[in-house]
Amino acid sequence: MIAKNSIKFFTVLALVFTSFGVFAGGGDTQSSENKGGRVDTKEEIKDYIKHHLADSHDFSLYSYTNDEEEVKHVGFPLPVIVWTSKGLKVFMSSKFHHNDDGKLVVEAGDVKLTKIHSKIYELNEGASEVAFGEAHHAINAHKVLDFSITKSIFGILLAGLLMLLGFRSLAKGYKKGAIPTGVGRVLEPLVLYVRDEIARPNIGEKKYKKFMPYLLTVFFFIWISNLLGLTPLGFNITGQIAVTVCLALFTLVVYVSNASKDFWMHTLWMPGVPKLLRPVLAVLELAGFLLIKPFSLLVRLFANITAGHSVVMGIAALMILLKAKFGTVGATGISFLLAMFLTVIELLVAFLQAFIFTMLSALFIGMAVEEHDHADASH
Amino acid sequence: MYNLIGAGLIVIGGGIGLGQIGGKAMEGIARQPEAAGKIQTAMIIIGALLEGLAFGALLLAN
Repeated sequence: MIAKNSIKFFTVLALVFTSFGVFAGGGDTQSSENKGGRVDTKEEIKDYIKHHLADSHDFSLYSYTNDEEEVKHVGFPLPVIVWTSKGLKVFMSSKFHHNDDGKLVVEAGDVKLTKIHSKIYELNEGASEVAFGEAHHAINAHKVLDFSITKSIFGILLAGLLMLLGFRSLAKGYKKGAIPTGVGRVLEPLVLYVRDEIARPNIGEKKYKKFMPYLLTVFFFIWISNLLGLTPLGFNITGQIAVTVCLALFTLVVYVSNASKDFWMHTLWMPGVPKLLRPVLAVLELAGFLLIKPFSLLVRLFANITAGHSVVMGIAALMILLKAKFGTVGATGISFLLAMFLTVIELLVAFLQAFIFTMLSALFIGMAVEEHDHADASH
Repeated sequence: MYNLIGAGLIVIGGGIGLGQIGGKAMEGIARQPEAAGKIQTAMIIIGALLEGLAFGALLLAN
């Protein structure tokens, strides 16, 4: 019954996400097409996809051009929190008026700030506008420490809130009876799945309990973030390399801080190999343990989600590129069908990447915490 | 230009690897259907490791 219900739930979810995703993609790309006069649509589409993949300081759902040739943005501003040479500055991103090429200078108290390619720069003392040197680098401005609530951070907070609500209701459900109701029905099998298929076999019966909170958090955070990325809200949380770097660092800290004595012994002074080889092996093992494993974790998640997002958006952009050949209805139909198909695959990828990240984290933790019984010394 | 050739080579290599993994896993499952779950998990792990390698190379190629 639970399985049947969750299948139903995911089907509905898939349908809602795909229809909205395609709809939003279509609206967005079409708006960029009629920006007055002849435009190189291919270049514009590329820019648009790049813009979507990057983080931004305001939350714009879509933009369009009205009859007076003005570009209107629909969305809401997010707070900008920056640490400048004159201290902390807090203001709303609406002050930038969606300007992203450094032409608009905002005065926040006693410092002048500007935004270039989604990065906030502080103008040097005495400068009133940004001067660009070679290769489009600002020469009289420097970057500031940026703690803003950007779109991705907003998404992270949203994912956290969803997790809090979902798991609170699951926990409350157990007070009433053994069988959870509502959202808990979907979450319980997943929690059990993480425990029985990921934690237990990889970490071992004795120690898995200690790492369950971490594994569950990471699993649900990545999964929900990936799913948010498929909604028309335009999040790209796990496609930000900063986010995946942090997730991989968490795993690194967890397995390094819990590594057993046996593990360090086997890493740094491997028994059973010639003594001359041992330092070489120690270097290799340490590099694999501290660098390559976390690197592969972070790159896999980042690249998968980035690739998925660019392909889905590229397919949505076919609507414009094929309009000349197939007409509006034909092009929309082709792009809708392809995008729906791809979004369903992306739903699978969203789950698979969360699963793989958790699985490999559990595997690495399992490797680190394993203890050997020293019955045979040659091992 | 050269990085595109490199990316192509990476994809060829990754494809061969994934094909091997998938094919062998299929064979294994066909021979021992009751071990399908275990084989699948192992297959996904190896696939993920391979994917990490290929993606790392792709990032370097670009």
